[in-house]
Amino acid sequence: MNPLAIRDDFPIFQEKINGHPLVYLDNAATSQKPRQVLDVLRRYYESENSNVHRGVHTLGTRATEAYEGAREKIARFINAPSPYQIVFTRGTTESINMVAHGYARARLQAGDEIVLPPSEHHSNLIPWQQAARATGATLRYLPLQEDGTIRLEDVEAAVTDRTKIVAIAHVSNVLGTVNPVREIAEIAHRHGAVIVVDGAQSVPHMPTDVQELDCDFLAFSGHKMLGPTGIGVLYGKPSLLAEMEPTYFGGEMIDVVELHESTWKEAPWKFEGGTPIIAGAIGLGAAVDYLSRIGMEEIAKHDAHLADLAVRRLEEIDGVTVYGPGPGKPRAGLVTFNLDGVHPHDVATVLDAAGIAVRAGHHCAQPLMRILNVGATARASFYLYNTEDDVDAFVAALKQAKEFFGHAIG
Amino acid sequence: MQLDDLYRQVIMDHYQHPRNQGQLADDAIAVDLRNPSCGDEIRLQLLVEDGVVKDVRFRGSGCSISMASASMMTDAIKGKSIPEALQLAQTFREMVKGEPADLDQLGELESLQGVSKFPARIKCATLAWQALERAAEASGADGEAKA
Ligand SMILES: Cc1ncc(COP(=O)(O)O)c(C=O)c1O
Repeated sequence: MNPLAIRDDFPIFQEKINGHPLVYLDNAATSQKPRQVLDVLRRYYESENSNVHRGVHTLGTRATEAYEGAREKIARFINAPSPYQIVFTRGTTESINMVAHGYARARLQAGDEIVLPPSEHHSNLIPWQQAARATGATLRYLPLQEDGTIRLEDVEAAVTDRTKIVAIAHVSNVLGTVNPVREIAEIAHRHGAVIVVDGAQSVPHMPTDVQELDCDFLAFSGHKMLGPTGIGVLYGKPSLLAEMEPTYFGGEMIDVVELHESTWKEAPWKFEGGTPIIAGAIGLGAAVDYLSRIGMEEIAKHDAHLADLAVRRLEEIDGVTVYGPGPGKPRAGLVTFNLDGVHPHDVATVLDAAGIAVRAGHHCAQPLMRILNVGATARASFYLYNTEDDVDAFVAALKQAKEFFGHAIG
Repeated sequence: MQLDDLYRQVIMDHYQHPRNQGQLADDAIAVDLRNPSCGDEIRLQLLVEDGVVKDVRFRGSGCSISMASASMMTDAIKGKSIPEALQLAQTFREMVKGEPADLDQLGELESLQGVSKFPARIKCATLAWQALERAAEASGADGEAKA
């Protein structure tokens, strides 16, 4: 895998940022898009654009075939047994909300428990808070180790026959920890619970095999994996999708409509009310083609290597705190850190002046920020087009930030 | 983009040595505000007598820009009437958005003018001022403190 050749596919790297070449280290927020995806979007609008599943004209058939073809590509990408287990959504947030609303609420009651770590992104936390409030169920939080990892014995202790849902990210967007989802799924299933996996940070960066993970639901976002914004996926086991209620009602999703009641199509279409995100789905199909051609194993190794390199370099700088697993420990391709005495916003502004994009803030994980006892942190996250030179530029600029504020603050 | 335009010496001084930090008695007007997108937070307290800001204190956590802006603001509004303080807030907002503003009014606050070249940081600079506007509202539109 050659990141320099890969960069040539991404027009954004032609941009100058404050006079510098772009060093894009905010991939956990969203990824850049290769020409191969942009071209497919353009071609769709220029030569296939039409509504899907309606009418009999030629363009309608082309659009429907392209849309359903994308579903098949995505099913293969995560090794789903069937494309009918792939529901197109707006993204991770919508996917999880649909499960919480359409599946969980009707099955939860007072005394039931939802088990989750306190490190979850708000989008895998608030839907469960709301479901708990509406049903009288309670949230039960798993303890985190100092480095953010979760011990299976703690999962064993927390998951009981009262547990109806286990909600967990495969990869934490702040800590970079890789949670043992397969083992946790096994524990959940032993107690009759359903496991909902937030794959927003894992599916873009490592091979995903839903059959091996044995997860019941998996949610992820297209825009974090080279696809367009506004498209995401909910994967579900067939029996669960069959039981789950749609969230949106209207055109496209119905079977028979009477004056006083109606029936739905089968999954996945019953969850795709209204004109679906046609171009988005086709663009995501092109994105998984691109990722598959490079190889997810390769990408995972590459991202983790850059993150580990960054951790090692950061730990050499006096006054830098790195959160999550230490050097050499398993970690996905992102590093969250703070520089003593300098607020992460100020760090991000100094890096931006050097053309380096990092994230500063609470990363949609306020409860985790409280556990780490910080108001905010900065985060660098890597992807297939980043290089060791990017890590060098990042570390050099961070040293400058330290210098700059060291002088300014005195 | 020049970092020195943003991080002027006065700003770093206020960041490092914030003025009017702390708490007032419970009868002061208190406003808690946070910037939900970044986690900066502030608690601003105003003691308003006869429509005039008699005393002011703040507490908060945030970046150099938001905390320096809060510190300078508290210095600037002490002794001003509520309408005067609100006028200052208006002028300050104009300046950081890069709109024409009467800079003479602003004194030390003018050091934050560089924020206008860093649009991502305008919210940091205005957090304390938003708290001031809320506090002014709570004090009664005419500037009379509520009983
Ligand atoms: C772990 C995790 N979950 C969920 C989300 C939400 O994704 P989206 O905003 O695409 O719905 C994100 C992205 O910010 C994330 O990192």
